[in-house]
Amino acid sequence: MATAFYTVQRTSHVPLLMPKLAWFCCYAWQIVIFFGGLSLLAGWTSTKEYAELEWPFDIAITVLWVCFGVVFFGTIARRTIETIYISNWFFGGLIIVIAMLHIVNNLALPVSIDKSYSLYAGAQDAVVQWWYGHNAVGFLLTGGFLGMMYYFLPKMSGQPIWSYRLSVVAFWAFTYSYIWAGPHHLHFNSIPDWVQSLAMAMSLILLAPSWATMINGIMTVSKSSVKLRNNPALKFIVLSLAFYGLATFEGPMMAIKSVNVVSHFTDWTIGHVHSGALGWNAMITYGVFYYLVPRLAGRELYSLRLANIHFWLALSGTILYILAMWAAGVSQGLLWLSLDELGQLNYTFNDVMAGMKPYYGLRLIAGLVFLSGTVLMTFNLFMTIRGQQTVKVRPPSLATVSGVIA
Amino acid sequence: MSGMSLHKKLEKNAGLLIFGILFVSSIGGLVQVLPVLFQESLSTASANTVPYSAAQLQGRDIYIREGCHVCHSQQVRPLLAEVKRYGPYSRAGELVYDRPFMWGSKRTGPDLHRVGGKYSDAWQRIHLLDPRSVVNDSIMPAYPWLAGKPASAIGDIQKKMRVLVRLGHPYSEQEIEAAPAALEGLTELDALVAYLQVLGTSAEEFKGEEGHH
Repeated sequence: MATAFYTVQRTSHVPLLMPKLAWFCCYAWQIVIFFGGLSLLAGWTSTKEYAELEWPFDIAITVLWVCFGVVFFGTIARRTIETIYISNWFFGGLIIVIAMLHIVNNLALPVSIDKSYSLYAGAQDAVVQWWYGHNAVGFLLTGGFLGMMYYFLPKMSGQPIWSYRLSVVAFWAFTYSYIWAGPHHLHFNSIPDWVQSLAMAMSLILLAPSWATMINGIMTVSKSSVKLRNNPALKFIVLSLAFYGLATFEGPMMAIKSVNVVSHFTDWTIGHVHSGALGWNAMITYGVFYYLVPRLAGRELYSLRLANIHFWLALSGTILYILAMWAAGVSQGLLWLSLDELGQLNYTFNDVMAGMKPYYGLRLIAGLVFLSGTVLMTFNLFMTIRGQQTVKVRPPSLATVSGVIA
Repeated sequence: MSGMSLHKKLEKNAGLLIFGILFVSSIGGLVQVLPVLFQESLSTASANTVPYSAAQLQGRDIYIREGCHVCHSQQVRPLLAEVKRYGPYSRAGELVYDRPFMWGSKRTGPDLHRVGGKYSDAWQRIHLLDPRSVVNDSIMPAYPWLAGKPASAIGDIQKKMRVLVRLGHPYSEQEIEAAPAALEGLTELDALVAYLQVLGTSAEEFKGEEGHH
């Protein structure tokens, strides 16, 4: 939301429409997240993935989302540059599509402040939920972040987007085909077969716009390799694109029914989500932080070295995490399905679960490594904002000191 | 007009762009999701499938409050190994009174759709209070507080049933009237066990299916 507000002003050459409303969005969002988190801990939940918050929060989010839309599109409406920049298409897509998904999926009849019953039941509820679940992730974590990519990447690398035509085609292909893929979360579940097969086909098609965008990004950077070396912000963004490519390749593969037989209900799914969430979303956010915070604070970044350490911690943490989840997920999937020659199960559920210990240990370590990087960044950015420049004090050599004395 | 010149118009007019995004992004939902919402076979209860009783409904809401659905799926896929492990695969008609559906995405613990009747009430009770006393290497947390709270504490049962009637669940007025009395003396633990024991039991007609494979 912050980057949408920043980018829309930059690319429209006007200040925000109704800045007070934008402040309202900012605070209201924090409040919803804070109390929403508490409410989940208290057991208030609709159980729907990515839409767990109960109805009072759903209404609050709807209100604040409309405000977000008003500020954003209002700013675009009074732009002084004729063409609406690509980033703003993605941010606009995010606002519109999430509004549609959020409202339809969360329709429910309240019983009390902490409880409601979904308007849909059983199989129909499942299809609506994954139409929402897959695409809320898609448009927020892909669409919104692609908006960031399309603004900050050219900005940082000093290169225009490699192919404008490709970005146009990829945007519309993305907006069209993402929506169909949701039911791949329900392969071999009690929903109609045609819905599953259609979702699988569209998931495979989705690979095209995803990789088109990734290639567009990588090609944009490829001309400025010198800057990459000593620019932590750009480095993070390039890494995030690599993970974006990885996750958007893995996704369609997992949406193939015969692969999904193994991967469904296992930690493989968790690994896939994290290669997106840690590798793509977190990395690009870090990149934008390292770019924006010094600029907004009007100061130099406190420590380039800490930022580089953060880069390696984030990369190794993410890779370890994904590896642990892949290994755990594939083992679970195959061992659960494993039958002996008489057609009897080879392993009990507990056998398989007990074998997961080393993977979960590795997962914990990986998470801590990743988190420690984030802590370093927080410290680094905090010191940047406080404006304490690194003062390099070199102790004078013994010779000079003794020379002075003499 | 070539594609790019058409796009020149779109990218210069915010209204057109908004309309374009809305139009393009809703096609998928209209073609794929809308027909499912009108497919009657998906919302018609199969034989023996009835709405949850007062205690079972409270139990289900406790199951949700405690987050059981995060680690346990409720969906047996039509695969040989799954049918062997859990029982007959899940059918849409058995799940029409599930608001929300709880098929899940992750099996940290085993699937529970066919858990009803698999263990005794006493086993379920002990297992919830102290999982490791019956399953050696279980990683499930214990839920000791369930035994200390009355089943009526998790919301007004009559109000819940009335809301569900509005959504199409066939509760009679007598059932709703009798609901508070049915909960009398029950703890949250009793309600949760009642829910677990009814899970997947409406599929009488599929029983014995395991033997055919």
